[in-house]
Amino acid sequence: MKRILVASVVSIVLMTAVFGFAYPALMTAFASAAFPSQAGGSLIVEDGKVIGSRLAAQAFTSPGYFHERPSATTPAYNAAGTTFSNLGPTNPALAKLVHQNAAAVLKLEGPYDAGLTIHQIPVDAVVPSASGIDPDISLAYAQLQAHRIAAVRHLPLTTVQKLISENTDGRWLGFFGEPGVNVLELNLALDKLGGK
Amino acid sequence: MGQGIGQILVFVVVLIAASYPFGLYMARVFADDDGFLRRGRLRFLGSVERGFYRAIGDRTAKEQSWKEYGAHLLGFSFLFVLVLYAIQRLQGHLFLNPQHMGGVSDFISFNTAASFLTNTNWQYYAGESTMSYLTQMAGLAVQNFVSAAVGIAAMVALFRGFSRRSSATLGNFWRDLYRTLVYVLLPVAIVGAVVLIAIGVPQTFHGYATATTLQGGHQTIARGPVASQIAIKHLGTNGGGFYNSNSATPFEGPGSLGGYFELFLELLIPFASVFMFGRWIRGMRNALAIFAAMFVLFAVGVGVNFVAEQHGSRVLRTSGVNITHSGLQTGGNMTDKEIRYGIAETALFTTGTTMTSTGAVIAGHDAMTPAGGAVPLTMIFLGEIIYGGVGSGMYGVLFIIVLTVFIAGLMVGRTPEYLGKKIEAREVKLAALGSLFPAVLILTLTAAAVVTKSGLASMYNPGAHGFSEALYAYTSQAGNNGSAFAGYGGTPFSAYLGGIDMLFGRFVPLIAALALGGSLAAKRAVPASVGTFRSDGATFSVLLVGMILLTAGLMLFPALTLGPIVEGLMH
Repeated sequence: MKRILVASVVSIVLMTAVFGFAYPALMTAFASAAFPSQAGGSLIVEDGKVIGSRLAAQAFTSPGYFHERPSATTPAYNAAGTTFSNLGPTNPALAKLVHQNAAAVLKLEGPYDAGLTIHQIPVDAVVPSASGIDPDISLAYAQLQAHRIAAVRHLPLTTVQKLISENTDGRWLGFFGEPGVNVLELNLALDKLGGK
Repeated sequence: MGQGIGQILVFVVVLIAASYPFGLYMARVFADDDGFLRRGRLRFLGSVERGFYRAIGDRTAKEQSWKEYGAHLLGFSFLFVLVLYAIQRLQGHLFLNPQHMGGVSDFISFNTAASFLTNTNWQYYAGESTMSYLTQMAGLAVQNFVSAAVGIAAMVALFRGFSRRSSATLGNFWRDLYRTLVYVLLPVAIVGAVVLIAIGVPQTFHGYATATTLQGGHQTIARGPVASQIAIKHLGTNGGGFYNSNSATPFEGPGSLGGYFELFLELLIPFASVFMFGRWIRGMRNALAIFAAMFVLFAVGVGVNFVAEQHGSRVLRTSGVNITHSGLQTGGNMTDKEIRYGIAETALFTTGTTMTSTGAVIAGHDAMTPAGGAVPLTMIFLGEIIYGGVGSGMYGVLFIIVLTVFIAGLMVGRTPEYLGKKIEAREVKLAALGSLFPAVLILTLTAAAVVTKSGLASMYNPGAHGFSEALYAYTSQAGNNGSAFAGYGGTPFSAYLGGIDMLFGRFVPLIAALALGGSLAAKRAVPASVGTFRSDGATFSVLLVGMILLTAGLMLFPALTLGPIVEGLMH
């Protein structure tokens, strides 16, 4: 019994020292030397100010910006309180949310895109993402919003579409996963064009 | 869909190509003849190893009987759980706490300590808003290493039961623990962390960042020593995330590569363990028969989830919005899914993570369609059998194999034996205990949770889906899986019940495995004869699949009908 106790206590101290402190400290030292930007959270800095992270969605409500997917966090796009919506497939709340979000998209985009119907709204525009801070939207949702952006910013539609493809992250190695449009980077690129 | 299937196939080929040699390497690490570790460039690790034995007062790391092995394993685990509990309770007064998190409540601390000790990593808390850096790093992440190593140690001890003849001992717990940590887990975790950092997982001791958004709002961005923890979270099939949304969070699983790379780490050791077994018993064909049985169930799971989620839920199909797959969108049920992963990667990850009882997620399982959600639920029923957690999955399947050999032997009137060891009453009893105990635990606790008031208060969604949540919760915890239909929980009742579920679900089968190993090691070898039932061909694989479905499936099928099947009908 005493042998077990001694061996356990010594092991716990040693293992906590190695795996709890030395290993993460070593990794942190490596990260700050080799990949300082990623290590700090892939922050985007403009004029010395942190404006967000390329890995986190942020709230866009102005008609001059591309909008993100719906988020279930409180408040929306909370990058320090990520959460799923956990809305089960038979939960009436899911049906309600989908209808509300679809109606909101129609109301927002309809004036800029004659003939827009609910059948053209891609699914990612109306359902919450898993993290609540999914930085991407589908190409379909970006192109849907392009009409509004072009009109509000007085830009040719082709310019906006070109920006979309420039800010699309393809599949990894062109093969794994799915492509997505990084909304924050796209909006930054828009602001740099001016014309707001 | 074709492109998605292509991704999955290429991933699986790469995984098998890597796990086969890794399994052979693991067999050498734990071999009695450890000359491999004493020569060459790894030699310095050997002297560190001897230093460790001296420090713990077990200078020679002497051979232990299964009872001694088990006593050391249990003593070590229960002392460690006290430390984990204490760190959480006291974190408000300790260092490395830039966000000034207060002490964690007693019921969450208990559940979390049990959860990480048992390699479950069920998360009753939102990591980024509950745990200090110290707790994450020096408490939880340490257990990610240690609990994984304990599982692998028990597996190796059981392997020795098959390979040794007339032996009273099964190896030394401390040696197996040490070798797993130093030769298997740490090197791969370091490589894994480096890759994760490179693709965007934060690794810093600075506090959370504050951003002024483009529209002038404020956004707090949680970060910390994430990558070092995430690497071992997957490699050790632990699954407990730094962030509440786990690897769905872009910081924990960045880019399309994030999910695939983390799944690779998760499946590496469970796949390799099967090949290691083949090398260990000098019978790779036996291992391949086991591998085939596991792989078939895995492939079916991925297929069902993929098709069901791409088809979408009725709510989405009838809403009018476009859920059709095209060049412009993934389509399907994107509720609680991320764009960069889409449907194919999510289906593969969801099946892989639940099957190996990792419990990490890249999507919300609670929001999956009834058929899609039935896959993770089924996989956690089978969780510690097909592939299973590191170590525990392999001893889980060996229980079923003992039962298979016994039943098949009875059917054809042949002497039940496996790998030259006679399977007798004691072995069958231990295997039955190990494989059936979790089901008894699940059904008892789920019943307790749906007939009591505090249990009902723990559900999130109404109706049959609420029952699915409770069933999922106690299955996930008994199977040391840790994934959740995440709406469930939040009450002290469910936290304590879950903690008990995890502790018994882990240690009863583990001790049964050691006892089985002890019993087998003591036996002499029986030479194979014409009467020996072959355990190395397709027939055996088919029998094994049948037995897996029979033991795990049939026992839980009645409960399954009350949850997902009722939902599917209402759907």
